[in-house]
Amino acid sequence: MDPRVLEAMLPYFVEKFGNAASRNHSFGWVAEEAVDYAREQIAKLIGADPKEIILTSGATEADNLALKGVFEMYATKGNHIITATTEHKAVLDTCKHIEKMGGQVTYLEVQPDGLIDLKQLEAAITDKTILISIMYGNNEIGVIQPVKEISAIARKHGVLFFTDATQAVGKIPVDVQADGIDLMAFSAHKMYGPKGVGALYVRRKNPRVKVTAQMDGGGHERGMRSGTMNVPGIVGFGKACEIAMNEMEAEGKRLSILRDKLENALMELEEAYVNGNIQHRLPHVCNISFKYVEGEGLMMGFNKNIAVSSGSACTSASLEPSYVLKALGLGDDLAHSSLRFGLGRYTTEAEIDFTIDAIKTTVLKLREMSPLWEMFKEGIDLNTIEWAHH
Amino acid sequence: MSRIYFDNAATTALDSEVLDAMMPFLTEKFGNPSSVYSYGRETKLAIENARKTVAKILNCTPAEIFFTSGGTESTNTAINAAVRDLGCKHIITSPLEHHATLHTVEHMEHFGHATLSYVKLTDKGHIDMADLEQQLANSNTKTLVTLMHANNEIGNIMDIKAVGELCRKYDAIFHSDTVQTVGHYPFDLKNTYVHFINGAGHKFHGPKGVGMLYVNENVLGSIKPYLTGGAQERNMRAGTENLYGIVGFAKALELATARYEQDSTYINELKQYMADRLKEHFSGVTYNGDTRGNSLYTVLNVSFPMNEKTDMLLFNLDIAGICVSGGSACTSGASSVSHVIKAIYNGQSAQMVPIRFSFCRHNTKEEVDAVVEKLKTLI
Repeated sequence: MDPRVLEAMLPYFVEKFGNAASRNHSFGWVAEEAVDYAREQIAKLIGADPKEIILTSGATEADNLALKGVFEMYATKGNHIITATTEHKAVLDTCKHIEKMGGQVTYLEVQPDGLIDLKQLEAAITDKTILISIMYGNNEIGVIQPVKEISAIARKHGVLFFTDATQAVGKIPVDVQADGIDLMAFSAHKMYGPKGVGALYVRRKNPRVKVTAQMDGGGHERGMRSGTMNVPGIVGFGKACEIAMNEMEAEGKRLSILRDKLENALMELEEAYVNGNIQHRLPHVCNISFKYVEGEGLMMGFNKNIAVSSGSACTSASLEPSYVLKALGLGDDLAHSSLRFGLGRYTTEAEIDFTIDAIKTTVLKLREMSPLWEMFKEGIDLNTIEWAHH
Repeated sequence: MSRIYFDNAATTALDSEVLDAMMPFLTEKFGNPSSVYSYGRETKLAIENARKTVAKILNCTPAEIFFTSGGTESTNTAINAAVRDLGCKHIITSPLEHHATLHTVEHMEHFGHATLSYVKLTDKGHIDMADLEQQLANSNTKTLVTLMHANNEIGNIMDIKAVGELCRKYDAIFHSDTVQTVGHYPFDLKNTYVHFINGAGHKFHGPKGVGMLYVNENVLGSIKPYLTGGAQERNMRAGTENLYGIVGFAKALELATARYEQDSTYINELKQYMADRLKEHFSGVTYNGDTRGNSLYTVLNVSFPMNEKTDMLLFNLDIAGICVSGGSACTSGASSVSHVIKAIYNGQSAQMVPIRFSFCRHNTKEEVDAVVEKLKTLI
């Protein structure tokens, strides 16, 4: 978390601790004003009206609210949702839940570079389709989907467009008007704000979008999300948005230079492959497979010094290969040998240099010990080998 | 102007000791608990330690404790799970419940997932146990009983163990909204028949945006997550954990438990003192709820007779720097009288101005005196 964010939050813990829904006294008003101000900061970052921001406990809750909320609200219009196989688990699991509730979901395959095929998208739309849910930037490979084109297709067919923009907001310019987005989920902690707070953007005009509340109660957030407001968290979210707004452009450039340096250096290794489209990509992410090296083994090699992951955080505790990489068509071998690098505000050039060195050394060392690598170097086509059965 | 805060049932000030415990997780320990690298493992450990602390205090197992974004999410999760996963087709509740419960069960009824009935109340606003038993006996389908442990507006405390035993007798699922009592009263969940209880950190000097849900181990295996997504909270509650909030929740509960004897005695004296002063100085003042009986030591709810002077009472108290509430914070924006007051007076509450005073350990007798003096000038 950015220290400037924490500084903004601190007065709202002990001193200005009021409940933003307390309307009868100044403690409540101070809290409410703080929430209103943060809501403006958040809205401004994405080109929205503050009234279009529903504050939640995070992006996962916002994803749930968007998908289930639209599914229930538009039940008379249809029950079909289109999404893609590379979406975040919060979207995929919620879609599976919706299928159990009687919904129909089309999971679009992506192209080998991770982008969806717009023709396939349009062809999947039926008269029962109510929602297209395609993420803005992918959390594992950083690929940015053609959001404007997707929204144009959605508009043309009178279908709502929801995007999980958790990885994109605060990193690249996202404008709900220019991008034609109807609903959008994002969270604070991915942009140096606090954990436990996020938002769902819900369009109010052209068209006016409605969602059925998933948390009933005191009627907070204009009835769309009940529960006592996490005032310090929301204040922190607002501040994080303001900082991102001011610094995004310069920071994006700095990160993409560092990212490219890292990527170019690592690509000097033999049998290294970048996963995902490199033109349409978030500036701070890269994902590389090092063939004949186990990603987990690679991580063990330098775990104590470099924080990277072999999938998304939500699934990295398991040893399953990344479903996103599998969706790009990677075999288990390449999917297992991948590393995701997520650079950030506090990443320095010295760290990049250190990382290049450490990874190159580790990859070479692991390959030296690998019989598969030895066979590859001897020119044996591994695909032709008949392995002994156990 | 120094302000007097008598609205501690709406929310409490974060304890600075709790903030101290949270600070490392707001600064250097920022890892995502689901990541495998060391940043992540360190924070995972903090969450599991918090869970153990909470479980120990409530006398249950850590596996039965889930962290959520707050009391409202916990209640929504519990009621949805009871209906969707445990097969409850009938819900018994009371008209005095918090809106998180009432609106959720109304939603269930509206969509035809369950039928709904309300238990009768006694004169003092308690649950009529005979009526509850009769309703349970007459219910010929799997039933959910959702009744709050203590009412957030009038403070009435229900005998949670007795209601639990009735639920056991009729094999009902029992959810109790314990938001006003977790952190204020001892719990013994191993020896209480209840399937779900919930808590919110900010009601006992902990952080906002974090709550907990207890799910009894006997039904745990049948429950599916309400928020779907990642595998957090052992697949029960998706979403990146609110790490500093969870750490703060456990710390606040620990402090509240350690101070229970001393704080509850002190705060109860304040409450009784104020109840006495109000009766002494204002004719026509009435207590709402079982004020002198089975009631939260933190909440005092009284009605002043409606007249031209009391009409603007809340407003005038605020001008004087006295922070109180007419009902719960969640409904205080509405100008109408609270649903709780209406229910306990069968709708005959139009000529009353109800005020809730709710206390914490920071309040003093001097503050009570100052408020009474101010009220004398206003009424």
